[in-house]
Amino acid sequence: MEELENQNIEIRLLLEAIFQKYGYDFRNYSMAHLKRRISRRQLLDNFTSISEMTHRLIHDADFFDRLLLDLSINVTEMFRDPSFFKAIRAEVVTFLKTYPFIKVWVAGCSSGEEVYSLAILLREEGLYDRVQIYATDFNQIVLEKAKKGIYAIDRIKVYTENYQKSGGQRSFADYYSARYDSVLMAADLRERVVFADHNLVTDGVFGQMHMIVCRNVIIYFDRQLQKKVVNLFMESLIDGGFLCMGQKENLAFSEYFDQLLLLNEKEKIFQKKYLPGDRSQNE
Amino acid sequence: MIKSGFEAIVMGASAGGLEALHTILAALPAHFAVPLLIVQHMSPHSDNLLAEVLNRHSRIVVKEAEEKEIPQPGIAYIAPPDYHLMVEADRTLSLSREERVNFSRPAIDVLFETAAEAYGDKLIGVVLTGANADGSLGLQAIKKFGGTCVVQDPLTAVASRMPQAAIASTKVDYVVPLVEIGPLMQGLLEGKRG
Ligand SMILES: C[S@@+](CC[C@H](N)C(=O)[O-])C[C@H]1O[C@@H](n2cnc3c(N)ncnc32)[C@H](O)[C@@H]1O
Repeated sequence: MEELENQNIEIRLLLEAIFQKYGYDFRNYSMAHLKRRISRRQLLDNFTSISEMTHRLIHDADFFDRLLLDLSINVTEMFRDPSFFKAIRAEVVTFLKTYPFIKVWVAGCSSGEEVYSLAILLREEGLYDRVQIYATDFNQIVLEKAKKGIYAIDRIKVYTENYQKSGGQRSFADYYSARYDSVLMAADLRERVVFADHNLVTDGVFGQMHMIVCRNVIIYFDRQLQKKVVNLFMESLIDGGFLCMGQKENLAFSEYFDQLLLLNEKEKIFQKKYLPGDRSQNE
Repeated sequence: MIKSGFEAIVMGASAGGLEALHTILAALPAHFAVPLLIVQHMSPHSDNLLAEVLNRHSRIVVKEAEEKEIPQPGIAYIAPPDYHLMVEADRTLSLSREERVNFSRPAIDVLFETAAEAYGDKLIGVVLTGANADGSLGLQAIKKFGGTCVVQDPLTAVASRMPQAAIASTKVDYVVPLVEIGPLMQGLLEGKRG
């Protein structure tokens, strides 16, 4: 259908404009996903065509900020998929305890709920004092939210249930203070976290991590881009380090798949294998 | 056998859907000519048992849809709980956890609208029992791109609202009782009806 083909051309031009003007590269994201997000914005703001939206975003940086939020699905929650956190407690923590210092990278951390969840878990497991968490996202607006650690109080009921299902050992209320219609996460949960701007598509390696958590991010990428990002993670992990993906994010497509040990199939927790006979670092 | 041009079937069900899907899938032969893509509304925390249960009672293979999978004939793909299922232009499957649509994730409209663009007039869309109006916009999109629209006769539905809404919003091609949907799909694939 010609109308469809024209629309696809307009979308490709819009993505090109975003890349050239703002440096964000969406050209290898899932097209069906991008299309839905762009159509939604078109409807909300009454653009007669996608080309009109392209013109607007080139000339109006504030509009682009809004569009960026549309394109970078930020949906998240505390202890999302509680069974994942339970598996970390049961299967990964014992390994982490063998290190005197632990570096954790949470890639695509959105507004921070996942980061606070991990901080709570690591604290309860007695690892918090020796951990450094790098929490990154390519969207400044959600990163600012993450730094503040203020969340709507109406989500707390779900979060508390998630926390309990995840194997939480205390009362979830210990970790925040309520103020009117929001909660503020306890300051010490931020103490060992660095929030930073990092784009998985265009930025480089984040060195020598013991654990990388990247859930519900590469599911929006095409295969080519997924491969590239997994390579980036492999280069950023120490031997024996852990790679945690979203529950539906298989890595069988990666050229590095045989260098990964599948620790937990349902939760997609992988461990980077030790290279046999590689003693070069000790020489 | 006369070949129809159909290349995929999408189905959407909500309240009462397990029984309806079971009835339809159990009627299909093992060598069904096209892939089936299915959204059944369910709680985000439900176990992924739906595909397993349906698989046990069908001759065709029923499995949970995986991202980037290429749908194969004779296999039914079910959207996982808490994920939208989409079809890309190159006809690979995508999953997404973006906002709920019609209060649902997975949502029928999301599957139908993306499949309508990917398959055009080679698609059959089927709206089954349910107590909301998900699937109506999706069926409209299927119609717009030349696909064929089937709706379960509301009188044979556990919940009639969803099929009623679909009939009200689109000029659908077939409204048939539940037990006739499987045979109708086969008839359409064999080019005996159209
Ligand atoms: C759905 S959220 C996932 C949040 C959290 N990991 C979770 O599972 O709940 C996806 C996040 O990935 C970020 N993201 C998308 N593309 C990215 C990229 N190329 N580089 C860095 N972050 C990206 C988005 O801004 C968004 O905050």
